[in-house]
Amino acid sequence: MGELKQFDDYASKRDVKWHSVCQESDLIDNVGVCALLEKNQIAIFKLITGEIYAISNYDPFSKVNVLSRGITGDIKGQPVVASPIYKQHFNLKTGQCLEDESVLLPIYAVQIDDGEVQVAV
Amino acid sequence: MKKNLVVVGNGMVGHYYVEKVLEANLDYKITVIGGEPRPAYDRVHLSEYFAGKKPEELALTTREFYQDNHVNAYFGDPIVSIDKEKKCVTSQGGMTFDYDKLVLATGSYAFIPPVPGHDLPNCLAYRTIDDLGEINASAKESKVGVVVGGGLLGLECANALINLGLETHVVELSSGLMNVQLDEGGSSMLRRKIENLGVQVHTSKATELISKGNERRLKMSFADGGELETDMIVFSAGIKPYDELAKSAGLNVGERGGIVIDYRCRTSDRDIYAIGECALWGGRILGLVAPGYRMAEVAVSQLTEETTVFKGADMSTKLKLLGVDVGSIGDSLGHSEGAMRYVFSDARNEVYKSLVVNKDATKLLGAVLVGDSADYDTLLQYYLNEIDLPENPDDLILPQRDGAAAVGLGVDALPDTAQICSCNNVSKGELIAAVDDGVTTLAELKSCTKAGTTCGGCAVMAGQILNSELEKRGIAVNRDLCEHFPYTRQDLYLIIRSEKIKTFEELIARHGTGHGCDICKPAVGSILASCWNEYVLEKPITQLQDTNDHFLANMQKNGTYSIVPRVPGGEITPDKLIVLGQVAKKYNLYSKITGAQRVDLFGARVDQLPHIWEELVAAGFESGHAYAKALRTVKSCVGSTWCRYGVQDSVSMAIRLENRYKGLRSPHKTKMAVSGCTRECAEAQGKDVGVIATEKGWNLYVCGNGGMKPRHADLFASDLDDETLIKYIDRFFMFYIRTADKLQRTATWMDNLEGGLEYLQSVIIDDKLGICAELESEMEKIVDTYQCEWKTTLDNPEKMKRFRHFVNSDEKDNQVVFVQERNQIRPATNEEKLELLETA
Repeated sequence: MGELKQFDDYASKRDVKWHSVCQESDLIDNVGVCALLEKNQIAIFKLITGEIYAISNYDPFSKVNVLSRGITGDIKGQPVVASPIYKQHFNLKTGQCLEDESVLLPIYAVQIDDGEVQVAV
Repeated sequence: MKKNLVVVGNGMVGHYYVEKVLEANLDYKITVIGGEPRPAYDRVHLSEYFAGKKPEELALTTREFYQDNHVNAYFGDPIVSIDKEKKCVTSQGGMTFDYDKLVLATGSYAFIPPVPGHDLPNCLAYRTIDDLGEINASAKESKVGVVVGGGLLGLECANALINLGLETHVVELSSGLMNVQLDEGGSSMLRRKIENLGVQVHTSKATELISKGNERRLKMSFADGGELETDMIVFSAGIKPYDELAKSAGLNVGERGGIVIDYRCRTSDRDIYAIGECALWGGRILGLVAPGYRMAEVAVSQLTEETTVFKGADMSTKLKLLGVDVGSIGDSLGHSEGAMRYVFSDARNEVYKSLVVNKDATKLLGAVLVGDSADYDTLLQYYLNEIDLPENPDDLILPQRDGAAAVGLGVDALPDTAQICSCNNVSKGELIAAVDDGVTTLAELKSCTKAGTTCGGCAVMAGQILNSELEKRGIAVNRDLCEHFPYTRQDLYLIIRSEKIKTFEELIARHGTGHGCDICKPAVGSILASCWNEYVLEKPITQLQDTNDHFLANMQKNGTYSIVPRVPGGEITPDKLIVLGQVAKKYNLYSKITGAQRVDLFGARVDQLPHIWEELVAAGFESGHAYAKALRTVKSCVGSTWCRYGVQDSVSMAIRLENRYKGLRSPHKTKMAVSGCTRECAEAQGKDVGVIATEKGWNLYVCGNGGMKPRHADLFASDLDDETLIKYIDRFFMFYIRTADKLQRTATWMDNLEGGLEYLQSVIIDDKLGICAELESEMEKIVDTYQCEWKTTLDNPEKMKRFRHFVNSDEKDNQVVFVQERNQIRPATNEEKLELLETA
């Protein structure tokens, strides 16, 4: 997966900026949405447990932007989304692909603040 | 140089021989010469030709098979002479083949009694596919048909005449039907049963003359002075071995025909073998396919290091004649010294069973079953393996009263050498070996051992052995749906129904662990839809849907969707066709006609879907559910309305069926078709449910499919009226939904049902489980709660909000790029995409 840009851990960035992308009420439990931020497509999932995750929307196996439309769940305790195209699973916390350890997707910091869904880039 | 092996004859046994030689990987150049114009076909199931089977469906092999295996094969040019000195054979057309070893598998022909008039027109034989063509042609001009011969073949043939719609008579020389296999009681019960089916049986009738008739085309005159008028006569009074070739070559033949062979299947010439029905072994012609196969194996072994010998073969047989179950085992006539018989006869239910036991009643020597052959497998094992009989052997055939435990024979009692599948000679030991190699399902067991794949009679027992072996190994075969549910799909279905569970959270809280995954969520979503039929985008269940169900369209490889509106029965008005064209043009969609008589429009972005559907719904289209594991379409031919050959209105029936079952979600997608006549232009036999018109109504076929592993559907019931047809389909679908595994299509589902087709018939037609009323009411509920998911979605602004690519922007996904090909769009390849995005 050489074409993937190495992900820079957001926490190490000096100037983290939160962007509002939608209202919490726009989200359905366990169903993703996709936000566009500085040309990045970001898939956001609020799980039924209340946890919220943001991960790249790009599926490196099918090479299309579709992960926000995948089914969420947990595999061996890890929260995951399954690609709707070829069904690989990605850990929502880390971006790690469960079927191919060489594949790591960018993840993003995400929070809900006063009913607003915010992502840091 | 390789030695030459020449096989004369390409019937079932001749072909089996070649297969076995190929398996043994011997250093021979193989040549096959068949006298019939086509490669080997299944003669055992010949009468299915009249139930609609095509010659190619009866085929056991193809010319390509021989080519691919480097076998020289010639058909339609029979061998007419053998030169033992020069070791060569010559065909009618003058071709000559040298041999080192020669195998004669020339088979047999129908015995036609030398009665004056036997060669009149419309006096036919029943033996080959070509014979069937002639019978068919003659039957078209006939009202009445006579079969001469009341044996096994004769009754098969009578079945064919009934299927052709003739008034059918059976004329038998001896005093009873099937008197080679059945004792007197069994024979008369069989007679009674088939007379109830409308076949007129005449026994002890010796035909003396066939002449021109008065009322009908032909007249038969009998030795007792009686006469019978008929339009056609089919001879099926036994077989005669084809031994002329052997005889003229100077090989020993029997007085009454048959090439004499020894226990190695050698003829009087050491380099010539004879196998199958042309061979005379121990003074007998063995007229069944299983002994022929055994001879073939023995003959092949003679070319190897490990030779085997032929010691005769079991002539037991179980079959369905005119729908009547008949079984005959071993010495069914009780000729053995000291043999005693137990008889059970139930005139009200028309069941007859008898056992032949040795003089101290410890071993089973033979048995006869008429009207109920459920005990056949068990009795056969007692017979073949000489298992000690229970204290009261009659318990084996007496009916079970309430509360009494069945006196059966557990499969564990069988020795490993017990032959389970006699058609393919598969022993219990071989089945166990397959389980050792990791087989866990009946379908796998059948495909890797071939057990139960010819007549299917042993499939139940094979299934029992499989289960028992798995249990012994402590392999609870893990059929859990996934890590979240310790249940199968079937279990979950029953739980959801009985506990009236409506949401995934409720189910997983009560019966699972964790939060679910992409395996269990869609499966549960599908079950909820099959049970309660709620709108799939309702909040608690929308998360369960695959992206296709979620956006009510089919995701393609570039993340865009395709749209397939419903076109019931494939019938569409010009106006609607124009709308499809206009919409496709407006949104620049790639258009393609599907195999299911619909139009698929490709390349719609998620935000375009509602706009496109708004126009489609306004024009009267409904969702086609191409995105769902649900009923897709009911394909149809134009039927009797337009077609010169149609016998029923297939289009109206297809539309009625499609409107009834549209949107029915099931373990996998399902497809249907309706053909207006037996020409089958709608290809209904390739569908989960196929309907084919007959003169009297509809034939129902089930469990076919195309795709990766094509399978023809099986005939389930014949000549149904509209209401019965729909009743059976209702029950069939709901039973499938209730009992199939996740993503299991109907074909695999049935292959895995113990008892297969017959079991399914007993559940759906005879209501063996007493659930038919329930199944029907479940279906009624689904039909009553149908809604077009797209219409509901368009009426709901909240749901419409989901159809956008970005939650925070109206921009399009710039990764979706199309190029033009043949005047339409197609997704750009990755290289094209990079190039286009760079220049942009």
